[in-house]
Amino acid sequence: MAQVSLRKLVKEYEGHVQAVKGIDLDIEDEEFVVLVGPSGCGKSTTLRMIAGLEEITSGEIAIGGDVVNDIPPRDRDIAMVFQNYALYPHMSVFDNISFGLKLRGFARDEIRRRVDNAARILGIGELLERKPKALSGGQRQRVAMGRAIVRDPKVFLFDEPLSNLDAKLRVQMRTEIKQVHQTVKTTTIYVTHDQVEAMTLADRVVVMNHGVIEQVGPPNELYRNPATIFVAGFIGSPAMNMIPARLEQAGGGGLRVLLDDGLSVPVPEDRTARYAPHANRDLLFGIRPEHLTEATRIDKQNLAPITVTLDVIEPMGMETLVHFHINGTSVCGRVDPAAGAEAGAPMALAAHMEHMHLIDKDTGKVL
Amino acid sequence: MADAAAANRDFPRVYGKVGSLHRERLWALRLSYASLILASLIFLAPPFYMLVTSIKTNVEMADQTLNPWIVRSPTFEHYAAILGNPVFLTFFRNSIIVTILVVAITMVISVLAAFALSRMRFWGSQVLATGVFLTYLVPDTLLFIPLYQIVGGLGLLNSIWGLVLVYPTLTVPFCTWIMIGYFASIPKELDEAALIDGATWPQMLLKIFIPVALPGIIAATIFAFTVSWAAFVYPTAFITRPDQMPLTIGIVSQLVRGDTFAWGQIMAGALIAALPPVVVYVFLMDYYIAGLTAGATKG
Repeated sequence: MAQVSLRKLVKEYEGHVQAVKGIDLDIEDEEFVVLVGPSGCGKSTTLRMIAGLEEITSGEIAIGGDVVNDIPPRDRDIAMVFQNYALYPHMSVFDNISFGLKLRGFARDEIRRRVDNAARILGIGELLERKPKALSGGQRQRVAMGRAIVRDPKVFLFDEPLSNLDAKLRVQMRTEIKQVHQTVKTTTIYVTHDQVEAMTLADRVVVMNHGVIEQVGPPNELYRNPATIFVAGFIGSPAMNMIPARLEQAGGGGLRVLLDDGLSVPVPEDRTARYAPHANRDLLFGIRPEHLTEATRIDKQNLAPITVTLDVIEPMGMETLVHFHINGTSVCGRVDPAAGAEAGAPMALAAHMEHMHLIDKDTGKVL
Repeated sequence: MADAAAANRDFPRVYGKVGSLHRERLWALRLSYASLILASLIFLAPPFYMLVTSIKTNVEMADQTLNPWIVRSPTFEHYAAILGNPVFLTFFRNSIIVTILVVAITMVISVLAAFALSRMRFWGSQVLATGVFLTYLVPDTLLFIPLYQIVGGLGLLNSIWGLVLVYPTLTVPFCTWIMIGYFASIPKELDEAALIDGATWPQMLLKIFIPVALPGIIAATIFAFTVSWAAFVYPTAFITRPDQMPLTIGIVSQLVRGDTFAWGQIMAGALIAALPPVVVYVFLMDYYIAGLTAGATKG
C-alpha cells in the first residue's frame, strides 16, 4: 500500500520529441486513478515510467515516499497488467501466476496459498493447470490480473487491459476490476483511451493531452465542470455540443448568448457575474446533448426554448438522439422516444441553461 | 438495387459462367500433388540408386547388360564390410564428436548473440546484426585458404579440433540470424512482464525466451547439425590423416584406391552417413512444427 507522486516528470525521445511534458500528480494510498486521453497523449509513457520500463528524462517518481527513478522494475514492488496480457505461453496458469513469487524465493506453501487466494478472487480455480492458449480472452485477462494480485505489490499498473476484449466482456471485466480493487485495495493506476472506462472505474480521472495533464478530478466533477475545451469534448458520449456564439448584454443587466440570427438564449442569473467580463466577445457555447431536450419536459427554471429543424434522428431505445444545425454547427440533443421527433420536421427543444458552459476559443479554457 | 442486379446479369463475365469452388479446389489439389510427386522423384532418385547399388554384388554391378535400377540377388556384404572396417567407424566417431561440439558451440553463441542483438539496444547493435548475416554470404570455398593459414598457425591442421574451430564460422551467422528473427517475434510485453515479475536478464533468457523460441532453436539446431555433418570443403582442405577424417571425406578418400572405386562400400557408407540427419529431422520435426507462441498474447 502506497502513495505515488510524480514531480515535473518529463519524457523526451530522440530528436527532442517530448511525450510527457513535465507533469505533477499525487496519487493517494488505495486510490484508483485512471489516466485517460487520446493515443499519443503520453498516458502509456507515464505509466511505463512509473513501472520503470521507460527511463525518465527529468523529474521524479516516488512510490511510497521513496524516489524510484533509478530503481529497476523488479525492485519497485509494482505489478503490471498489459493490454495483450503477456502471459508466458509455455507455462500453465499456475506457473504464470506464481512466476514472480518463485523468482523471489517464496516458500512452496506460501506460493500455493497466494495463488489459491488470487484464483478464488478471480474465479479461475479450475483453470490453474491449463496453458494460456486454452483460455478465452477474458480468462487470460483474469490470469494476468492474478499474476499481479499474488505479488501483493504496492501499486497495480494497468495498461489498457480491456482493449482486446469484445464489448460485452469489456463491461463485465470492468466490473470485475472494480470489485478486485475493492477487495484488495491496492493503489491502482489505470491507463485507457476509453472515457467510459475512465468514468466508471476511477476515484479520480486524469485527463491527458499532448503530454500534459488537462484536468484531474472525480468523474462527475470532470463531467459537470470541465476545465478546458479538450476535457469538455473528450469526456461524455455523445460529446458536448460547442456552438460558436456571442455573449451579449441584455436589458436589465442580464446576459444573453447569441447563437444565430434571431436565436439567443438567456444566461442564468447566478452566472451573470462570472461571465460579465466576457460580454461582447465571440466564444463557444457548450452544452451537453442531454441538456437539449424536448420542450415538454417538466418545467424548471432556466429552460430556454429553441426551435430547430431536425436533420437525422437516432432511436437508442431509452432515448432518441436528434441531430440538427445551429449557425452551421452540427448539434446533438437527447429527447424522449415518445416526443415525436421526426427527421426533416421542426421540433421545439429546451436548452437547460444551468448546465451551459462558455469556452474561450483562444485559451481553450472553460470560463 | 434490382436494376444493378439485372445489369450485372447482363454481363455474365462479371461472375464467370460455371464457377465452382469445389472444382477449383480439386484442380489446385491435383496440381500440387503432381508437382510434389515430380519433386519427390527428382530428389529420391539418387538415394534410391545408392540403395540399389549398395545391395548389389560386385559382379552384378559390373555387368553392363543388366538394368542398373533392378537388383537380382540382394546382398548385405558391403554393409558388413564397411561396418566391420575400424577405419570407417573412426570416421563415424569423428563426425559425431565434431558435429555435437559444433552444434553445442553454435547454439550457445547464436542464442546469446541473438538475445543481445534483438533485445538489448546498444551502440552499433543494428550494424552488428546486419554484419552477422553478411558474413554468412561469404562462401566457404573462398574462405578455406585464409582459414588454412589460421588453422595451420594454431597447429590444428590434421585434427578434428581444427574442424570444431572453423565449422562455427559457417553455422553461427545463419543460426544467429534465425534466432534474431524468432526472438524479435516474441512480444516485447513478455520480457517487460518478466522484468516486473523480478527476472534478471539471464533468467529472462533461460525461463522465457529459450522455451518460447524452442521451434526456432530446433530449426537452428537442425541447420547447424546438417552443415557440420555434411561439411566437405574444410575437411578436404585441413585433414589428410585418416584417423582424423570425418565421414564425408573419409568415404571418398579411403574407399577409392587409385582407379578402383569400391562402389558397393561407397554407397553403403554414404547411406549410413546420411542416416543421422534423417533421424535428427524425424525426432525434432514434431517440436519444430508445434507453434509454441500461441496464446502468449491476444492471438
